[in-house]
Amino acid sequence: MPDEPASPQYSNPQYSNPQHSSRGGSSRGGSSHRRPSTERPATASGPGRVLIVVYAIFAVAATSRAAVQIATRFGEAPVPYALSAFAAVVYLLATFALARTGTTWWRVALTACSVEMTGVLVIGALSVFDRAAFPDATVWSNFGMGYLFIPLVLPVVGLLWLRRTRPA
Amino acid sequence: MITGYAIAVSACAAGIAVWAFVLVVLHREPEKPLLVGVGVLEALLAVQVVISVVMLIGGGEPGSMLTFLAYLFGSLLVLPLGTVWALAERTRSSTAILGVLCLTVPVLLLRMVEVWGGASA
Repeated sequence: MPDEPASPQYSNPQYSNPQHSSRGGSSRGGSSHRRPSTERPATASGPGRVLIVVYAIFAVAATSRAAVQIATRFGEAPVPYALSAFAAVVYLLATFALARTGTTWWRVALTACSVEMTGVLVIGALSVFDRAAFPDATVWSNFGMGYLFIPLVLPVVGLLWLRRTRPA
Repeated sequence: MITGYAIAVSACAAGIAVWAFVLVVLHREPEKPLLVGVGVLEALLAVQVVISVVMLIGGGEPGSMLTFLAYLFGSLLVLPLGTVWALAERTRSSTAILGVLCLTVPVLLLRMVEVWGGASA
């Protein structure tokens, strides 16, 4: 018998594709034949790139707004303006982490999106029940109503995307 | 700023966004006509900047000069930077990114009109 080896990926699938996991194909439901079902998209690939653009837009918007609020009239409402700045940092971190590959950045993105989800729910609820504490808007006031509720939807989509791109 | 011009540019942006999202539904990568459309939109925004700068020199006073200028020059950066990001990996998601970018244009112009009209932030 000739010493004809099986191709390497059959002898060691984990080696040729470290991203492979038992959950690999199930989430795609077999509907896509373009991408091998065992391949997991990184957070910065495919639809993730659209998500990153939306995050980047919010990062820039929140950062600029917080900068103007703090530079021009911080004394009027220090708590909401500090929260605006905090939200800006969370968006910047989420954008950057989602655009990177690797397990560490995936975890950073997960943390950022979780904090964002918590932030929009807590600040949203507080701003509805205690209007006096929030005389001026933050991105998360009223669950992001002033921003077409995108701040409320964004972390949900972000967390779903992170679940789909979870490292093996 | 000329409000009528801002509305016209916003309508163009919305139209290109709809075009992009139709292409997304059709599973298409960004094609040349769409990219030309985005380029035309950028040119319309550049004209908007020229109009606004001339009116500022002529004595226009927005509610906050800093905020207005930030929006004004920010509006020129969104499409080029976003398009570079979109085309770095060409899939139908690139087309969706172009659509999202176009949707930011009416928002930016609306905010600029508000600040031009005296809003301070």
